Amino acid sequence: MKEFNIYITGVGGQGIGLLSQALLQAIDHAGLDAVAVDTHGLAQRGGVVASRIRFGEQVYSPLTMKHRSDLVLAMEIHEALRGVNTAVKDSGALVYLDVSWQPLPVRISGEKPMTNDDISKTCHARQVQVFRVESHKIPDPRMQNMAVLGTLAGHGLVRGVEKNHYLSALEAVLPEKIREANINLFESYMSV
Amino acid sequence: MTQPGERLIQPGAYNEMVMGNTAVVRAMVETQTRVVSSYPGSPTPEIAAAIRTISEEKRPFYFEFSVNEKVASEVAFGAALNGNLSCVFFKSVGLNVAMDTFVQFGLMNIPGGLVVVIGDDPGANSSQNEQDNRHIFKMARLTVFEPASPREVYGYYKKAAQLARIEQTAAVLRLTTHVCHARQKVSFDAYEPGENIFNADFDKANGPYIPITNLAIDLKRKSFHKLTRAAEFIRQEGLNTLDQGGSEENIGIIVPGMPYLSLKDVLALDDGFSPDILKLGVVHPLDFEVIKPFLQSHDTVLILEELDDIIEQQIKAFAQDEGISAKILGKTCDEDFIGEYTPDKVHDILFRIWPDRFVTAPVDVIPGIEVPARPAQMCPGCGHRSAFQAIKKALAKTDITVADIGCHTLGFLPPYEMGEVLMCMGASSGMASGLSLGNKDRRVVAFLGDSTFFHAGIPGIINTLFNRHNITLIIMENGTTAMTGHQDHAGGTIPVKEVLKGLGVEHVFSCDTYQQEVLTRQVTEAMNIDGLSVVIASHPCMLKFTRAQSKKPGYTRRHVNIDAAVCTRVHECVAVFGCPSFVLNDDGSVAVNKDLCIGDGSCRQVCPEQAIQY
Repeated sequence: MKEFNIYITGVGGQGIGLLSQALLQAIDHAGLDAVAVDTHGLAQRGGVVASRIRFGEQVYSPLTMKHRSDLVLAMEIHEALRGVNTAVKDSGALVYLDVSWQPLPVRISGEKPMTNDDISKTCHARQVQVFRVESHKIPDPRMQNMAVLGTLAGHGLVRGVEKNHYLSALEAVLPEKIREANINLFESYMSV
Repeated sequence: MTQPGERLIQPGAYNEMVMGNTAVVRAMVETQTRVVSSYPGSPTPEIAAAIRTISEEKRPFYFEFSVNEKVASEVAFGAALNGNLSCVFFKSVGLNVAMDTFVQFGLMNIPGGLVVVIGDDPGANSSQNEQDNRHIFKMARLTVFEPASPREVYGYYKKAAQLARIEQTAAVLRLTTHVCHARQKVSFDAYEPGENIFNADFDKANGPYIPITNLAIDLKRKSFHKLTRAAEFIRQEGLNTLDQGGSEENIGIIVPGMPYLSLKDVLALDDGFSPDILKLGVVHPLDFEVIKPFLQSHDTVLILEELDDIIEQQIKAFAQDEGISAKILGKTCDEDFIGEYTPDKVHDILFRIWPDRFVTAPVDVIPGIEVPARPAQMCPGCGHRSAFQAIKKALAKTDITVADIGCHTLGFLPPYEMGEVLMCMGASSGMASGLSLGNKDRRVVAFLGDSTFFHAGIPGIINTLFNRHNITLIIMENGTTAMTGHQDHAGGTIPVKEVLKGLGVEHVFSCDTYQQEVLTRQVTEAMNIDGLSVVIASHPCMLKFTRAQSKKPGYTRRHVNIDAAVCTRVHECVAVFGCPSFVLNDDGSVAVNKDLCIGDGSCRQVCPEQAIQY
């Protein structure tokens, strides 16, 4: 495979870092030579954050190009749509958590918030496969990223990465105290 | 499995997926760097975070956060004069602070060797500009290693340390934001742990170390010799590498650092266009023994260089002197000097020059439904938000507010719009003083963070006192260096209030920012005082505080609720106070995002109806 690009996005404070780290480890455990990069600094304070993971035979920079991402993972509705508008390729895939962290202009200058409907319409028009993760079904908001990871793993959205790779990655990146509960939730989403 | 910090110091070889900033630390350990100093600033603070994964007893070097970049440079320099390999690291604009000391490094004989790691920020991701520090490195006549990836960060630090030791000089490792933060699997070598002894071998005979009059001139002469020998070192170590293309078009591209990776990605888009590439691992001094034959053997050579045209100018001048006939292409418009050379940007540039070589044309962002922008914001519960809410009430519309660097800079955004001009670390008192001159009608208020107070704020305050300027200074004290990841600062041992007292500031007020009414009163009073008045507006960083609380056993998260029966939809909470935890529904009602609210309750006093309850 020449390249496989993953764009992970959300709002600073949502724990995108752990999601991208777990996925990167899983790809590494699958024996693929990956490069990745996260957002640090100012944007972490409630702004848009994005991580990118890339692997394949002809992959160099950790930065992804516009509309060349095979897979977009989003932890929030507005950022899901922004990711579709800037990063995902036509006929790529989007996995998103349907929570809304209302952007400031919605609250103070009357801009229109985004909806699940906006996402499905946009994705349909560009043949982007959509996987919506319903937040209200997740028992603990701190494990939302596990539901997203489980969903993409269950649908085999990252080529070459199998269940055991995800599990060994989670063993490696999760602190012991929360490991079991997180892995259980991951597995329940994986088998849906 | 061992802890990350344990692995960083293990003598055996291993490989691990790490960030560029972490790779620096393993290289420090292997090269037996003895003293490391820094001031936190993006994109480099994760170097310190990696250092801190190694427990202090096991850490094979001394590390400190100094009070600013200049002092950090001096500490590392002093330790290196004693014969210890030392390192100082900081962000791009930190070099402006360190400049007075830094420009002397090229002149000095530094027995232990000194590695200066600088995180430049093309794209100004977390800085007030995207300055190209290669200008300064060139001026200081230092060798500059420029890695493109975490693997190269690790390898190049070791080379820089080697050169610094051999030549008893300083060498620069120039990182850029996405090299610092890139992650990749790196193979680390085995090493022999040393005895961890600090040398104390300072001897003035290694100098001269007093660069005045003719001595400064002699030292300058020596710095040229060091640079000539550095060029030989670079050649022997093969740090500039040729990447032979496959096509016969006789086109060459010279490219350093991360833009090399962007170039490779762009060339991989299509088969058929594969020019020869000369990748520069060292951007100063340029090794013309490698560059000359490259220029001579191609009809056209593109210099692909992020930010300024520093390499381009030197190569064009060289080609002119040597009578080389190759057509040398470089920057052609202002935009070529601006922003990070991402794969997209490099694609645009190459497509503009050779449109017929590409099947894949650059794409535009696909216009979909427009998504509202999401500017960075102060966190839920942030004490600065309460401070701005309270201070605004004490100000007239015509008053001038001067910002400084820190999380509180975000106060410039709506709905607060507090802090209307920002320069750099610690500049607020000075700017405010200038704004106050001859100004009878508009009062001037300056903001200053507590870490910044110690970093560069004190001289401005002394100047205000000494020259009797009429301003009110508000210290936004949160007890940490929050924006860069909660590093400690001098305020923990030397309270800001005591310093102000010692300076002889007569009018110092202080209160917790959650006491909004008190703060409004204090600022009102302070602004009526002629001369300097200071208000210390304190509240601990709630991000740091909440993280610490959540790790304690029995922690339960609280949040506020809106009592819909009481709420009259004045929207003071959602549109004026502007905590991100509030949600404005389509029907005008207000709700609370329970994932975001930390239950601090600082919002409760802003609601005129008392509709915010636990």
